Amino acid sequence: MPEINVTPLGAGQDVGRSCILVSIGGKNIMLDCGMHMGYNDDRRFPDFSYITQNGRLTDFLDCVIISHFHLDHCGALPYMSEMVGYDGPIYMTHPTKAICPILLEDFRKITVDKKGETNFFTSQMIKDCMKKVVPLNLHQTVQVDDELEIKAYYAGHVLGAAMVHIKVGSESVVYTVSRNKHAATAWIDKCRPDILISESTYATTIRDSKRCRERDFLKKVHESIERGGKVLIPVFALGRAQELCILLETFWERMNLKAPIYFSTGLTEKANHYYKLFITWTNQKIRKTFVQRNMFEFKHIKAFDRSYADNPGPMLIGKFKRQCSVIMPGYCVQGTIGHKILNGQRKLEMEGRATLDVKLQVEYMSFSAHADAKGIMQLIRMAEPRNMLLVHGEAVKMEFLKGKIEQEFNCYMPANGETATITTNPSVPVDISLSLLKREMALGGSLPDPKKPRTMHGTLIMKENSLKLVSSEQALKELGLNEHQLRFTCRVQLQDPHSDPDTLHRIYTHLKSVLKGYTIQHLPDGTVMVESIVIKVSSSAEDSNAKVLLLSWSYQDEDLGSFLSTLLKKGLPSGLC
Amino acid sequence: MAAHLKKRVYEEFSKVVQVPHEEAPAKKLRLSKPSKSAALHVDLCKASSSTDALQYLLTFSRKPVEAESVEGVVRILLEHYYKETDNSVRLKIASLLGLLSKTPGFTPDCIVDDAINTLGSEKSHQVLAQLLDTLLVIGSQLPESPAVRLRLIEVAYKNLSDSSFGVRTKCLQLLGCLGLLEAPLGKDSDGPGPSLAVRDVQSIISDYFGDQDPRVRTAALKAMLHLHERGMKIHQIIYDQACRLLSDDYEQVRSAAVQMVWVLSQLYPESIVPIPSSNEEIRLVDDAFGKISHMVSDGSWMVRVQAAKTLGSMLQVSPHFLEQTLDKKLMSDLRRKRTAHERAKELFASGEFSSGRKWADDAPKEKLDTNTVNLIASGACGAFVHGLEDEMFEVRIAAVEALCQLARASPSFAEKCLDFLVDMFNDEIEEVRLQSIHVLRQISTHITLREDQLDTVLAVLEDSSRDIREALHELLCFTNVSTKECIQLALLELLKNLNKYPTDRNSVWKCLKFLGSRHPTLVLPLVPELLSTHPYFDTPEPDMDDPAYIAVLVLVFNAATSCPTMPALFSDHTFRHYAYLRDSLSHLVPPLRLPGRKQVYGLDSVDCGSGSSSVESAQLFLQQSLNRVSTIQNLEAAGAPELLDLTIRDLQRLGELQTELAGAADFCATFLRCQLLLLKALQEKLWNISVPLILKQNVTATAAAQQILDESYKLEFLYSGLENRQLATIHHVRLQAKALQLILRARTRPGLDSLISSCEKFLQDIESFQRLFLTELPHLQDSFVEKLLELLPRLSSCKPVEVVKILQTTLRQSGLLQLRLPEQIHRATATIIEPTGESDNPLRFTSGLVVALDIDATLEHIQDPQNSVKVQVLYPDGQSHVIHPKPADFRKPGPDRHRLITQVYLSHTAWTEPSQIEVRLLLAYSSSCSSRLGWTDAMDGLPPAEGAVEGTIPFSKPVKVFIMPKPARR
Repeated sequence: MPEINVTPLGAGQDVGRSCILVSIGGKNIMLDCGMHMGYNDDRRFPDFSYITQNGRLTDFLDCVIISHFHLDHCGALPYMSEMVGYDGPIYMTHPTKAICPILLEDFRKITVDKKGETNFFTSQMIKDCMKKVVPLNLHQTVQVDDELEIKAYYAGHVLGAAMVHIKVGSESVVYTVSRNKHAATAWIDKCRPDILISESTYATTIRDSKRCRERDFLKKVHESIERGGKVLIPVFALGRAQELCILLETFWERMNLKAPIYFSTGLTEKANHYYKLFITWTNQKIRKTFVQRNMFEFKHIKAFDRSYADNPGPMLIGKFKRQCSVIMPGYCVQGTIGHKILNGQRKLEMEGRATLDVKLQVEYMSFSAHADAKGIMQLIRMAEPRNMLLVHGEAVKMEFLKGKIEQEFNCYMPANGETATITTNPSVPVDISLSLLKREMALGGSLPDPKKPRTMHGTLIMKENSLKLVSSEQALKELGLNEHQLRFTCRVQLQDPHSDPDTLHRIYTHLKSVLKGYTIQHLPDGTVMVESIVIKVSSSAEDSNAKVLLLSWSYQDEDLGSFLSTLLKKGLPSGLC
Repeated sequence: MAAHLKKRVYEEFSKVVQVPHEEAPAKKLRLSKPSKSAALHVDLCKASSSTDALQYLLTFSRKPVEAESVEGVVRILLEHYYKETDNSVRLKIASLLGLLSKTPGFTPDCIVDDAINTLGSEKSHQVLAQLLDTLLVIGSQLPESPAVRLRLIEVAYKNLSDSSFGVRTKCLQLLGCLGLLEAPLGKDSDGPGPSLAVRDVQSIISDYFGDQDPRVRTAALKAMLHLHERGMKIHQIIYDQACRLLSDDYEQVRSAAVQMVWVLSQLYPESIVPIPSSNEEIRLVDDAFGKISHMVSDGSWMVRVQAAKTLGSMLQVSPHFLEQTLDKKLMSDLRRKRTAHERAKELFASGEFSSGRKWADDAPKEKLDTNTVNLIASGACGAFVHGLEDEMFEVRIAAVEALCQLARASPSFAEKCLDFLVDMFNDEIEEVRLQSIHVLRQISTHITLREDQLDTVLAVLEDSSRDIREALHELLCFTNVSTKECIQLALLELLKNLNKYPTDRNSVWKCLKFLGSRHPTLVLPLVPELLSTHPYFDTPEPDMDDPAYIAVLVLVFNAATSCPTMPALFSDHTFRHYAYLRDSLSHLVPPLRLPGRKQVYGLDSVDCGSGSSSVESAQLFLQQSLNRVSTIQNLEAAGAPELLDLTIRDLQRLGELQTELAGAADFCATFLRCQLLLLKALQEKLWNISVPLILKQNVTATAAAQQILDESYKLEFLYSGLENRQLATIHHVRLQAKALQLILRARTRPGLDSLISSCEKFLQDIESFQRLFLTELPHLQDSFVEKLLELLPRLSSCKPVEVVKILQTTLRQSGLLQLRLPEQIHRATATIIEPTGESDNPLRFTSGLVVALDIDATLEHIQDPQNSVKVQVLYPDGQSHVIHPKPADFRKPGPDRHRLITQVYLSHTAWTEPSQIEVRLLLAYSSSCSSRLGWTDAMDGLPPAEGAVEGTIPFSKPVKVFIMPKPARR
């Protein structure tokens, strides 16, 4: 049985460092190539030595697919391609290709310039790596080679995020990132893949309405502004910054507010250029308003300059005086300043023993672009996979989702380095010769009914990796063989007091009464022919009553022949004359 | 043409003659008929290749064919059809056949057989499908002939087993359109039915629900729906099949299946269906509701919209299922989490305000049993939760609308969906916000807003879109709130709104008026605070012109109408302000019974007296006045002017007092004024004196004639609800005015040529009047026109001078027309709300450049404001500009009401002093487009009516705006 093997090198029962190896139909594919934020040592990158101990990866991988630009999905890419060595194609969508190098460069700067690490990839390596990238368009089927094809679907998670449908023959795998629940435009064909590999970060969460959260957030901002305060919103993720920008920009527009909004220069600013370009990848509201203006050409939002900080009046970011607030738009890890002030600490100890009084309001909002359990379920409904494989989530939470899914079908959640093997039952396409099909059609009569299978005779020829169903004559001709006649003969002992010709005649009449609609002939040479089956009678030497019937039929008439033999074994009815 | 008309007038005055017109096209018809088919025949024979033939056919199909020649053309086409080998040409011919059989006036039964015969020999599936389409057209053209139908259905059955999807689709369409309604149940009768055509159409169509091609499945469902539309009762067995198609791979099938399931749920709401994998049974409508709800989270947004829309019309669903649609279980790390709605409710119950201040106050609480969480949500669970949070706003709007329909039917559901609707006020798309505000208003009778909900609602008051704000004001007018804090909150937010958007003044005041009169008891405890009175100290008197203060007063005074204890809390200046506001803003401030104060109730008593009886008496008075006027026999009668004068005054006063009758009274008054003017003009002594002496009087008479003309246009176009009879009367007045003009012209300018032409013109007018109001002539007895018509033969033959003489006597002798009032008559009115014209600060701008002036006006009783309403700007130097507002500037807040919110651009050269310009609204009219008379058909051939008068009527009070163009700085 053919099987699909899935081995996570990272993100197996874990969050971060996404890297999943899939071997399907003899092809090896790497899905994502991310790094782990939590480590600074070798554990930062996936363990590529799993693939090969020494030498380059090119021989072992057919392609690499990157789902989106977050570092935990693409952070190890230059390391893999340039330092470990991989020259094959790397597939990603256009926006990902545009934004990915910015993030990688930023990552490199922090690691090398700030932390002073050596033996890290260089800017040139990032550039070289990006040269190997083949951009993907949505819904475009790309033939990686003759057999392997991939197709990207819109995923709506962050700009340029994509679901990928990987197909070899009739086996297929769908890989999806955390799909945003609200991005319902992120549809996928009912492609019924063998495996659906899905992230499950928020596997145990069913989130409240996005609108509620947004409203709360905006209300808090608005209140602070109205009191004359300033608001600081530290944003950690790139996509989220833009999301909040759009949210605030629209709100400002709607409410006719005048207070300026600033965002920190650097990353966000650079990324904004690309957001402007890839409008079609964003949500409906932005796409609709594009006719009037590009939403990312912010009216109220400007890049921040240090000199603005002390400007009087309310603004959305700046130095804190009284009445200011900080809004945390995401989760803060323990130990960070964010976590401390969220827990109500009023004094902060800075590096160098200085203490700082917290004189501002602290609010917490949860914004996250990850799909919740319902989103995953909706995806399952759309794609109707046969198996499910969960990655990129905490083991305990995945367990819950697994339990839910297993009520309907198989679900796997391999740990890092563990291989999940799924046997598939692929349908094998066979070419059928038209003449054979037409002949069988003529026999059957009406149209083929999809509900009822029909049997037909033919010869299956396997030749050079292809299967063909042809009629037997054609098969003989093609293969250059002579037709062999195959006949079965069989003796049947029969007790009959009559003479041989009489017995034969009695058999003739008996068969005539049983087999209606068949041609039965009593030939003058002492045989009975039923279709092509020959029946002869001879009496044994010792006992003239014990007759031996000789049946002979060709292979084609096997059915009728065996029927006759069993019929005659029962003997002749006595009432015959 | 003029000469031609003249001839007609002189010879056959009493007939409406249009003979030459009917003849001309008929002749053309006969000429073209042979040429058409013959030309086609020749073309087709000439065609050397199939591409040529196709070209000919294409050009041919662009021209219409007359009904008589259709059959000939069809024959030629069919003849060619059999000869043609190329598929595309045959396809075109087939489609042409369908096109031709649609020709009005042609009954295609003669070509049915031919069309069916072509099917037999056809090999190409595409052409076959097209031929079936043609048969479909033919069949739908012949609804009355069962024989043809039967044959066509038989054809459809025969081709149903074709291997091409196109043919099968068309066959199913044919069955859907033509299938026999009174089909016997084919399954019950033994053996195959007597003939295929009588077999049960439904079971045949439903066989194709499982077809391998999605397009055929869709067509089968559509055909079934079509049968339903035509009145056939769909069998219940279809339900299961339709439900299975809900999970089809293709969206079009799913979409059609949703419709099908809905239809069945409406047909058999109460039948019981089993729930699979359990022993329970539920009502069919509930089951269908659950299944359609499930489709709200479908993968395709088209299906989602369809499903969400459909849900709204399933009113028979049990409340239990209905409430499930709002169910949402939230979960965080396997622990149950309260939704924001629940939290808000709890906070409200515990009396605590402010939310979200605390870290992790939404932290999940109880541990959740993993088995109870239903992820692959089944049935109705959370359908609307999904729908309202959909990414596509179309789905959200559909969900909001459905929610509205269901909530209107069920008060308890309305209460429950409140939270969700309020949530929608924050949607990112304006249309959705607007829609949800409207919806909330529609269900507002069932609900009372909680404080936290009101808070969310009020936050929208700061929206920059005017539509949203006004919709919200409208909503607040109809809302019930629960506590006095709510009132305070609402007032506070409204004042904030007023401060931020001063243009909302009227809307905010109106809103507070209703808020006050709805919740008098809630306002009562707030009064001292609102009016900032103090038990011991005198507080400073607030500024009377402050819109915010007026807003507060409006709230308080309206609450005080049903709360007699309230005025005791007022301070002295409040009473003074009341008197002032009662006078200046009487529509917002109701009459109050104030203790110990002498008030003049005269006017008020009319207002608050029982409305219907006073209207009746006013109506009676109106009728009496008219009757009195009708006693005037002719215009010469003595005392007539005085009587008219008196009546006009009465009517005008009546119009002011009784707003319901203002239109009618105004109409009558204007009409009578016309009569009065005419009377005065005729009574001038000038008629007996020789011409050169009385030039001066002549001028006044001419002016009177002109004025009557103008008034007559006002009568015609400013009032809505006029019937033909009133129009006749108006036109009659106009005719009188024209006669007067003619006489005057004859006297002042004795030149003969000009007189002849104006005489001719007048005679044409008479004729067109006669044509227009032929049916009304009996009502116009003893009138000017009737007399003229009697004299018409003489008039048309005699000399102009004599004509004038006759006219003069007839005009003087003719009696007054009696005016009959129609049921409803309304005067078009417009009020410019913005600019107010009160500002002393001139609008400054650089001369030569433009400045935008915001105009906000309400229009009432105007039929087609987009085309008829213009804005006129009058500059002090006499220049005037007419501006056409964009169609999008008009909104329709209510029946017979329009709102114009637009900007006009002003520009001028520099002035030294600020000066005032006048802005007013004009109603444009054109007498040629008086198509309401229904004689446009007869007019078609004629040149546009001569003397089509286009003009404008100012119908709003002009507003003065101070502007100051400054010289440009160099």
